[in-house]
Parts: sequence; structure tokens; C-alpha cells
Amino acid sequence: MIDYDKVLSDKIKGIKPSGIRKFFDIAGTMDDVISLGVGEPDFNTPWAIRKAAIQVLERKHIIYGPNKGLAPLRGAISQTIEKKHGVRYDPDKEIIVTVGGSEAIDLALRGLLDNGDEVLVVEPCFVCYAPLVELAGGVPVSVPTKIENNFKLTLDDFKDKVTERTKLIILPFPNNPTGAVMTREDLEPIAEFLRDTNIMVLSDEIYSELTYGRKHFSIIELEGMRERTIYVNGFSKAYAMTGWRLGYVTAPEPIINQISKIHQYGIMCSPFISQNAAVEALSSCDAEVAKMVEEYNIRRRYLVGEFNRLGLTCFNPEGAFYVFPCIKSTGLTSEEFCERLLFEGKVAAVPGSAFGDSGEGYMRISYAYSLKHLMEAISRIEKFLKKLEAEKNEGKNCG
Amino acid sequence: MKDIIKILQQNARISDTALGEMLGISAEEAAAEIDRLEQNGVIKGYSVIVDDDLYDKSTVYATIELKVTPQRDCGFDDIAKTIMMYDEVESVSLMSSGAYDLAVEVKGNDLKDVAFFVSERLATIDGILSTSTHFILKKYKEKGIFIDGEEPDERGLC
Repeated sequence: MIDYDKVLSDKIKGIKPSGIRKFFDIAGTMDDVISLGVGEPDFNTPWAIRKAAIQVLERKHIIYGPNKGLAPLRGAISQTIEKKHGVRYDPDKEIIVTVGGSEAIDLALRGLLDNGDEVLVVEPCFVCYAPLVELAGGVPVSVPTKIENNFKLTLDDFKDKVTERTKLIILPFPNNPTGAVMTREDLEPIAEFLRDTNIMVLSDEIYSELTYGRKHFSIIELEGMRERTIYVNGFSKAYAMTGWRLGYVTAPEPIINQISKIHQYGIMCSPFISQNAAVEALSSCDAEVAKMVEEYNIRRRYLVGEFNRLGLTCFNPEGAFYVFPCIKSTGLTSEEFCERLLFEGKVAAVPGSAFGDSGEGYMRISYAYSLKHLMEAISRIEKFLKKLEAEKNEGKNCG
Repeated sequence: MKDIIKILQQNARISDTALGEMLGISAEEAAAEIDRLEQNGVIKGYSVIVDDDLYDKSTVYATIELKVTPQRDCGFDDIAKTIMMYDEVESVSLMSSGAYDLAVEVKGNDLKDVAFFVSERLATIDGILSTSTHFILKKYKEKGIFIDGEEPDERGLC
């Protein structure tokens, strides 16, 4: 018998599976559970984009394509960023199209990190950063953000964590899971500090199109930051294109050259059909995106209002499609609360602790669901909270 | 106004509190806004969307295409207004196709009911040249709400 324990890499063995997964796996086995867990749009990809893909299938030879992505797509990405942020990236030298934002993050980390290099991971954050840092040989250093700052990053949060080995800081804004955004004023002191260092920024702006009330601001717009930023974005969230697996990195040429090597050998190129369709997304779908944002905004306001009404205080998130209500008033941990909510309240939500220790005491609620679905979920949560309250009172009476 | 109508079209029974939250206004303001829209006639009424397969299997719906000759002093409007007075009629619309002029949606208890209505009530109206009746076999979506064919949510696998 082969001993797999000896076969498998120790490095990978040490990596924990995703905390989001666990809840979905349980919820999947239960009847009549409604989920508020997913991190992908409920909208279908706009028809113009799907139509473009169908035309490619009908008319074109489906080939590998260039390593860095189709030239028209890189051109469209360059134009889009210039239009939005006033910053230009050379489509030939400073852009690479990846298999989703996830590959973009992985490439950036592997291209930059040597063993023992430290990466500041701003938390709470999406679950992939720390494991990918470890896989690349780096050491993730967690930088918790605080509710009193509306989960924005401040210089004080991380300046004492910078060491000689700090190579990179990951800026995940608009933020999953908190919905926090960073404004120009929020980013300026951080840029000011970084300008005197050799620390690079990995700015994951995958939710950049989903902001409410104000336009997204990118750190690349600040003086001196273009040269020290690896900008990551993609099509999944803005254009409801998760299954198309398409993201991109823009960065100065030496970085793109470096990470292109990894992409070239590991992936070769991003999916050809998706890339063709994505050109259509960038060139003609602004109105569809605006419509989705409008709808998300209605849901967002509803949920913030309802959670505050239910006594699970909820700060006003200005981006992404999540709200992050505080569940500390129940006296339960995030994990306990979400587990009981799932089994007793029949609602699946992800415990805040899945996104880093600083998420403890919160839960992530996605509003990538119809209003009807959200209203049903809220009514179940309300019932569950009343039950918890009744238990508490009973406890008091007995004691 | 656009948002409030959009929300009510999805669910007209929503509470003022929830509606206010969605719009970022108070419950009282939401109620006042609905009052205003009812007063000035933007909101004509509230209806319910029913799955007849579960409620009353025998109900029959038909769309009838009417060719009409507008006569002197009696345009499309007058004929349309005559037709819409019947309880059986769910909707009346003027079309631009050229093939026909008015589209009439009719609801009946059974096939005979609708046949009778077309031959005895509609066809006999002055100015109606011809009728073409299409029975509806199945409704998949009505007023933006799925009646049948809603896809299961398969997200959450990743």
C-alpha cells in the first residue's frame, strides 16, 4: 500500500481549507435552507456579452491565443483604466489577462516573493490571500482593520508591522466581506508612507464597479503609486461573468515580464471565447452594469436598515455586495451564531471569522439575491433572534 | 419614483418600513409617496399573479388579434373602449404591426366561454373586420415574475 502521507507535500498539508466552503457543504445537505452565502452575482451575464461569445463559437477557430491575452482585449482594458483613473498602461507591455482575479493574485505573489518575505494582509479579507502567500513561500502578516474606522485601512493599523522583509501590502478594496471602501483621503497617508519604501501594493479592485454613492478611487491615481502598484481587476463581479474566468493584472513592465513567465508555463493563456466576449463587455455594457448597481443598492439599503432594526448593528458599506452585521449582542461567537442560524433558523451565512480573526463577532451577508429571497431570509433571522432572546430570558429566570 | 415603482412591481405587499429602507427614506415618507402616486394616477391598482395550474386548472387565456376599420368620428380609441368594458377582457392594446390593429387578452372559464365571447361579443362590434384567436397553452413568466421555468440556484459551489 502506498503511504500518501509520505507522498503529499508538507507545505500543502499545512494549508487550511476555506472556511466558506464548510458552511456551504453543510447547507447543501439540508432541505429548505436559504443561503445568503454566495460571492457571485445573481444576475445573468448581459446578453450582448453572451451573444458575442456565441458568434465567436460560430465563426472563429477556437485557439490558444497570445500568452498575455488577445490584443483587442488588452487594448480595451488599457482604455478603460485610462478613462476611469486617468492612468495609462501600455497594452503590449504592462497588461496580462488572467484566469480570473484569483490567478492574477497568485501570479503577483509568486512573481514577487522569495522564501520568508513578508506580506501585509489587510483583514477581514477574502480567504485566498494568506494561503496563496504561503504557497509562494512568503509569510502573511495580518493587519486587522477596525469597526471604528468603518473597516478602512489606516496607517496606524500597519506601520508598526513593517519590517525589512516586508515586500508587499495587499489592499482589498472595495472589501469582501465588509463592503468597506477607501477614498482618496483615506489612501493619501498610506501612499505618503509607502513612497519612501520598497514595498509594493497589490491592489485587488475586483469590486471596483460596485460602489454606492461615490465612484471608486484607485491608489494608482496617487502620485508615485503607479510604479509601486500591481493592479488587479476582472470581469466576474462587474459584468456578472464569474463562470467565464477572466481577470487581469496591470503593472510596470518588469513585473508583467516576471509574472508572464509563470502564466506562460502554468496556464498558457486565458480562455479564448471568454476573452472575445470580454471585449464586448468593456465596450458596450456600461448601462447594464449601472442597472445592476442600482438594484444592488436597493438591496443594500434594505439589509442595512433591517439588521439595525433587528439589533445586529450594521455599518453602512459603500461597496461590493456584502453587508457585515455585528452579532456580538447575541453573546455567541461568529461560528456558533452561523451554525445555529443554519440548523435552527435555516439560513446560511458565512461567519466573519472565516475572513480573519478581526472578522470575529460579525457575519457576512451577501445581497447577490433577489429582494424576495432577502425578505424571506430576514424574516427567518428575525424569528431566530427572538428564539435566542427567549432562551436568554429563560436562562435568567432559572438562574 | 423609478425605484419605488420597480420595487412595488416585484412585490406590492411590501411593508412601508421595508420600502423606506430600500429607498433610503422613512416609512412615513414611503407611505406618503405611494399616496401621491395613487392620487395622481401613476399607480392604477394592485393585482396578484396566480399560477392557474395550482389555483384553477380549467381557466383559459387567449390573445385575440383584431383588424379594425376606424370609421369617421370613431377611431381606434372608441372601439378599444367598447371592448375593454367586458369583464372577460384582461388587456387591450393598440399594435403597430400592420397585420392587425388591436391585441386583446381574454380570460374564460373554459374554451367554449372564450369561443362564445369572440364570436358573439367581439366579432359583432361595428368596425371589426376580422378576429384571430390564439389560445395560451402555458405561461412561463408574467409581469416579470416566473410562473414556471425558474432555474434552481446552483451558486455556492466555489
